[in-house]
Amino acid sequence: MSEELNGKGILKGLGVTLKRFLATYWDDIKWLGRRYRTAEGISHRSSKDARGIFTIQYPEEKLPPPEEFRFVPFLVYEEKEDGSREIRCTSCGICSKVCPPQCIWIVRTVDPATGRPRPEPAEFYIDIDICMNCGFCAEFCPFDAIKMDHDYELAVYDRRQNVYGLEKLLKPVSYYAQIRPLNNAREEEARRIKASTRPPAFVTGEKE
Amino acid sequence: MTTAAPHDVPHTVQAGTPDLAARFPGLVAPDERSGYSGWIVTADHLVQVATALRDEFGYDLLSSVTGVDYLPEGKMEVVYHAFKTTGGPGICFKVQTGRDDPQVPSLVSVYPGAELQEREAWDLLGIKFTGHPDLRRILMWEGFNGHPLRKDWQEPYYEDEAKPFKSRSPEGHVYRFEDRNPFGDNVRYPEDFDPEKWTPENPEDLLYKSLKTYQAESPDGIETDHIVVNMGPQHPSTHGVFRFVVALDGEKIVNLKPVMGYLHRNHEKIGERNTYLMNMPYTDRLDYLSPMSNNFAYALTVEKLMGITPPERAEYIRVIMAELTRIANHCMCIGSLLNDLGAFFTPMIYLLEERDLILDVFEATAGSRMMVNYFRFGGVARDIPEDALEKIKGLAFERLPRILDEMDRLMSENEILRARGIGQGVLTAEDAIRYSATGPLLRGSGVPYDIRRADPYSIYDRFEFDIPVGKNGDIYDRYIIRLEEMRQSVRIIQQALKQMPEGPVMVGKPQYQFRPPVGESYGRVEGPKGELGFYIVSNGKPTPWRYHVRAPSFINLTAFGPMCVGQKVADTVAILGSIDIVLGEVDR
Repeated sequence: MSEELNGKGILKGLGVTLKRFLATYWDDIKWLGRRYRTAEGISHRSSKDARGIFTIQYPEEKLPPPEEFRFVPFLVYEEKEDGSREIRCTSCGICSKVCPPQCIWIVRTVDPATGRPRPEPAEFYIDIDICMNCGFCAEFCPFDAIKMDHDYELAVYDRRQNVYGLEKLLKPVSYYAQIRPLNNAREEEARRIKASTRPPAFVTGEKE
Repeated sequence: MTTAAPHDVPHTVQAGTPDLAARFPGLVAPDERSGYSGWIVTADHLVQVATALRDEFGYDLLSSVTGVDYLPEGKMEVVYHAFKTTGGPGICFKVQTGRDDPQVPSLVSVYPGAELQEREAWDLLGIKFTGHPDLRRILMWEGFNGHPLRKDWQEPYYEDEAKPFKSRSPEGHVYRFEDRNPFGDNVRYPEDFDPEKWTPENPEDLLYKSLKTYQAESPDGIETDHIVVNMGPQHPSTHGVFRFVVALDGEKIVNLKPVMGYLHRNHEKIGERNTYLMNMPYTDRLDYLSPMSNNFAYALTVEKLMGITPPERAEYIRVIMAELTRIANHCMCIGSLLNDLGAFFTPMIYLLEERDLILDVFEATAGSRMMVNYFRFGGVARDIPEDALEKIKGLAFERLPRILDEMDRLMSENEILRARGIGQGVLTAEDAIRYSATGPLLRGSGVPYDIRRADPYSIYDRFEFDIPVGKNGDIYDRYIIRLEEMRQSVRIIQQALKQMPEGPVMVGKPQYQFRPPVGESYGRVEGPKGELGFYIVSNGKPTPWRYHVRAPSFINLTAFGPMCVGQKVADTVAILGSIDIVLGEVDR
């Protein structure tokens, strides 16, 4: 090695480290205790202006998930005024067809009187151990009935509990509107336009 | 989304590529199947044709070698894609052989970069490459029964040839496969197989035998024994479950063999059961540190097959995302390289902060930090939200240029990094090309080959950027090139942000199932680790007939052994760190 090893490069690097070290204290003093465990502190630490320590102290602090964040699907139901639920899902099976790891299982309801299928699921399972959170089911559902959740804390003691049935999958529209306000507003608008420009399919008798 | 056949024309020689049939009359024939291109070479003359391609026509970089099992025709085909390091389109040539005992001459003597790829084709498809110096299984273990990528091979818990499976709806009563078919009972033995009497050839012996292929030198006439040291599969320096075996003379390495496959899941078999769209999230899991690039390459390949192009805004979003991925990947690579060199976690954590801010953008746009699943055929899944766009602007125009300068001050002149990097792990330009190295590894050796410039895809021809190259081809050059590449990526993002038009981000209506025309397609991008290519053969069904990934970090490992010979054992860690591998992609 012909080059001189005089340690200047190391000192230069240590200068950067010292600057970062001091920045941590400087930022703490500047924010006067508001830097931790407050929403603005968290958003400051994950912004382009962040200096000093940027770690989020999970679980005391949590990063707010952005609207598009997706984790494990859930089924949306409408809350009627009389307190009953109307499941949006028609058990058409598109989500189970598009699912890459094939973790969605659907049993269609059959009307016991006529023996013909009714557009709602009798059973609906998602094996969340297998689910890869790709979001295709929500993307391709024509009825906005299956959506991706924001809840990522799903640890259980027995993995057999990870096959979610209807009772665990169903969540109200109000919850959906709360976690994805922009998406919900956009879909409501699209539905409103569709309803006002075209008579419902059962009136004209046309098929999808 | 149109699915009209893009190549319903009779076979013509592509502009800028040589007419092999005229050069080798009778030995080479044009591939005249509809939707296919390239040349079919007779097996006996393969080496002769390949040598001419390399020496006469300048196709010095053999990029991809893979096989295709044409079960209905009873044929096996080996497909080669070669390129010129001076740029321009590539050439594709094929060899056909029977299915029962497929034998093809090995091209390792012409292109040493074919070594690991031919081993893979032998392992997964059972194609024997005669003359290969070390034809062992590579991803599966010795003693594995059969060759899993053959179309008549079925895995445990086999359900159906193609997804979607019929059992899921409308009568989808859920069950777990292992409840019906417990682990241990799900294997089938060949009829004449008796596990009690089976004595396999010990794979470790095979491996050690192949290690002994070096020439033992004893200048003083004294016989010296060599020590064999195993590094990994559980070793912090291997960045995953990767193992390499070194033969040592004192502390000097005389030979090195990589051992891989610990993370193998047969991505390609899964891909051939999936529909085209279903593969998109699986590509995220190849090189999980740069998922956007994987999406990009796969989307390009299928779009080539279908003959569609995405709208303008989508192209810009794709470029922005791919360059952000490159920065995030290089942050991780430089951080862990410095970790390997003993700078314990300070550079790593500083760079992880920048990577984290980029992942925040991915999360807000695509919905996930790493498994993004963002690209679609003919566009991207959704537009960039307003706040994420602001964040990208803040990163590209303010933060990243500042931080990269700071990182330069922190590391580049550091005496320890220079002492351990300069002159170590040297790969000459000729060797880098011979071993089919791509990406920063090739450019570090002084070959200015970047697909974004050499064979531009998407809209890369609209941007101004430099291609940094190294001088010595050592570890330090590879480090400094990555730092410089990040600066160039910032430049590209800045230009893209300024030029990006408004408009739709998807062409046509999104479809979850479609049938591309019959044919083949090879698409490639300059990923952060090198040339990432996909080779897809469509037979007109909703699932691909063949789905092959040309994984850069897998093929870059071909040069790992030659680079290490003559070095000290402690340097292997730094050399491996400077190649930048991700085991999700190496093992697939």
